Amino acid sequence: MIFGKLQLSDIPYDNPVIAGALASSTILALVIIGLITYYKKWGYLWKEWLTSVDHKKIGMMYIIFSLVMLLRGFADGIMMRAQQAMAVGDNQGYLPSHHYDQIFGAHGTIMIIFFAMPFMVGLMNLVIPQQIGARDVAFPVLNSISLWLTAAGGALMMISLGVGEFSNTGWTGIAPLFEKAFNPGVGVDYWMWAFQIAGVGTTLAGVNFIVTIIKMRAPGMTLMKMPLFTWTTIITNVLMVLSFPVITAALALLACDRYLDMHFFTNELGGNMMLWNNLFWMWGHPEVYIVILPAFGVYSEVVATYSRKKLFGYKSLVWATAAIMLLSFTVWLHHYFTMGNTTDVNTFFGITTMMIAIPTGVKIYDWLFTMYRGRITFSVPMYWTMGFFVTFVVGGMTGVLMAIPAADFVVHNSLFLIAHFHNMLIPGVLYGYMAGYNYWFPKVTGFKLNEKWGKLSFWGWAVGFMVAFYPLYILGFMGMPRRISHYDNPEWQPYLIVAAIGTLIIGFGIFATLVQLFLSIKDRKKNLDTTGDPWNARTLEWSTASPTPEYNFAVIPHVKELDDFMRMKEDGTAYKQPEKYFDIMMPKNKPYGPLVGAFTIAFGFAIVWYIWWLVIVSLIAIIALVIVMSFDDDMEYIIPAEEVKRQEDLHFEKLAIAMAQSDNK
Amino acid sequence: MKTDNLSAETKAMIKAEHSHHKEIDLFGFWIYLMSDLVIFSVLFATFVVFQHNYAGAAGPKDLFEMPYLFIETMLLLLSSVTYGFSVIAMNDNKKSQVLIGLIVTALLGLGFVGMEINEFAHMIAEGSSPDKSGYLSAFFTLVATHGLHVSFGLLWMFILILQIVKHGLKDGVRSRLMRLSLFWHFLDVVWVGVFTVVYLMGLV
Repeated sequence: MIFGKLQLSDIPYDNPVIAGALASSTILALVIIGLITYYKKWGYLWKEWLTSVDHKKIGMMYIIFSLVMLLRGFADGIMMRAQQAMAVGDNQGYLPSHHYDQIFGAHGTIMIIFFAMPFMVGLMNLVIPQQIGARDVAFPVLNSISLWLTAAGGALMMISLGVGEFSNTGWTGIAPLFEKAFNPGVGVDYWMWAFQIAGVGTTLAGVNFIVTIIKMRAPGMTLMKMPLFTWTTIITNVLMVLSFPVITAALALLACDRYLDMHFFTNELGGNMMLWNNLFWMWGHPEVYIVILPAFGVYSEVVATYSRKKLFGYKSLVWATAAIMLLSFTVWLHHYFTMGNTTDVNTFFGITTMMIAIPTGVKIYDWLFTMYRGRITFSVPMYWTMGFFVTFVVGGMTGVLMAIPAADFVVHNSLFLIAHFHNMLIPGVLYGYMAGYNYWFPKVTGFKLNEKWGKLSFWGWAVGFMVAFYPLYILGFMGMPRRISHYDNPEWQPYLIVAAIGTLIIGFGIFATLVQLFLSIKDRKKNLDTTGDPWNARTLEWSTASPTPEYNFAVIPHVKELDDFMRMKEDGTAYKQPEKYFDIMMPKNKPYGPLVGAFTIAFGFAIVWYIWWLVIVSLIAIIALVIVMSFDDDMEYIIPAEEVKRQEDLHFEKLAIAMAQSDNK
Repeated sequence: MKTDNLSAETKAMIKAEHSHHKEIDLFGFWIYLMSDLVIFSVLFATFVVFQHNYAGAAGPKDLFEMPYLFIETMLLLLSSVTYGFSVIAMNDNKKSQVLIGLIVTALLGLGFVGMEINEFAHMIAEGSSPDKSGYLSAFFTLVATHGLHVSFGLLWMFILILQIVKHGLKDGVRSRLMRLSLFWHFLDVVWVGVFTVVYLMGLV
């Protein structure tokens, strides 16, 4: 009764692979907890970070979380590559098929929901309020709750590693295989609830950022004067608010099936298995653009900054992004051309899918023309951006190829597809986020990242990606299906070995990222950014000190044109201290976010294991917290004008020294 | 936040920011409602896909009785009117009338939820539970999701009644009253959809 279905035997200590992963992550967690306790940092951590409603700190926590999840997702990837490199003929490899099936589901779920999404929301948090000249987001406490819901979903993912199992029906779910009748264990439930909880957090973040961008821009910043990253972010958030509720509803229907014996996606008593595919991809395809559009925003900022030029075709980039927003809701069916649609339906969705290549092509040309005759600085963000141009176009073209329904019948669910979407998501999304990470790092921390290891990290990814995924295109044409743990065709093996080597090279890229971070922190005194504008950039976030003070702007700027900070630098109005500072009101740190997150973990764990008393207790606790919050009137505090002046004076002092030094050069 | 020893300038700034934030809160709530509307759209679409998947179990003509449903619907529609009276009273700063309006609204809402639970209990007792067919699954899920929303609205209303009694009609309470008003009318509109698509179209 107390533990529901949970028994000691659900902890897979007898499986060496899982036990090893479990032991190492437990030891790592214990070491971190031990260190925090030893240095007596719990109070600091709670007061300054965990309960923080400062969008910059929330953004950093999002990104740290997503990098940890990247390591886990990558470990899953390398395990799959290792298995497929060896499991031919009599050799069964080292992973039993039931375990392998869980790994590919966990890899996909983690990379999309717990790596890409939090990294993106993290970048949004770091940059958007500063880029639009605001002091915070519209709903700071809600922002903290979004973070902790995402983290709660991630925690549930990690718990599934050691207690019970994970879903064996892939990250997309397979109807009716994920129904109780075929999958009575807890794996599907872990997947479903982790996904659901993180998804709710994402919807709330979407609401928050739409309102922030619409309502909190600095005076004078009309829509067509917004930087492109702000544009892509608001469009992404519109997609989030419109599409995430679809997956919320679909997962809730699946929960009705699994917990209340209903018949939505079953193959009996009037269930409809195709409904799952429709609902999943009605969210799933917009989701692709949700993660990729902000990356396009990063490329736009990076290209303009490092080419020392205004962005070419700003308006066309905005309209292309808007066109992608609309088109993204009209293509979902291309994920199952082969599943019994009429020719007319397939044709319609084939054409809409091909049409998406048009606005995307517009963007690529805009970026190239921005570089044309620019004075390009080849810094790390620019490496990632140029790597993206070259590789992404290949992925785009294979996508157009598969948009032809007749061609898709040949490669559907083969490794060709796997190569295609990794070709979109790694160069498209991950390169963009890494560019953004390198670009905005000094703004957030006050020091620049190490260039040498940043470039090594890029080369690791760029070369590793090609070696790991281009063989998969060939394997797709050779007829190898996705998601198999063992095969009998020895002709496939050489390509899979090459792919496995590629994964190791990517592994070096990830290692280099970690070294880069470590060295940069170690040598931070040498790489200080004392001006607040290390790249001679164009947008408002660079007009403040690095790291940005908690209030962002001492005086809210009045925007006159696009790239307003560049205008200020050119007409000499930048870096002028105002005659007088005023008191500033800021939101106070509040514990509601981490508390809601903690009870959500309890809720998720309890409902996976049918521990009903804990389900009820944690639900009541969450509702009670929201009620308590509505009675809480103590939400803000005042930063006195003298304190603002003190911080700003300090910044201008450093600025003067830095300016004098650069004049001497 | 203690504002006693702040300068007049700062007090004016705080006032301006709070009034800006009222507008932001309302706009944010609209956006949230749109996301909720997407959830309902999915459930409606699912219901329409499933509307003939009886799988041998009961269909709409065996399950629904119009006079009962008409009364249930009238309770909810009337509660929207009484909530409107509350908002008018709030604009006139008449605290006791706001409270009366909210209490009447809450009673009507409770009546609606009670009738719905009673309807469900009858159906389940007669063997038409949600696990019997795709149609019944879709019916129960759509209607119960709406009912759950109404129940949360009632809980919210109860909290607001407490806050009005405790704090009077101060700014934060007013802003919440306006947001609950949006929520309540929104649920009314969704119910018009439910009544049409689930009940009327089922009985035709």
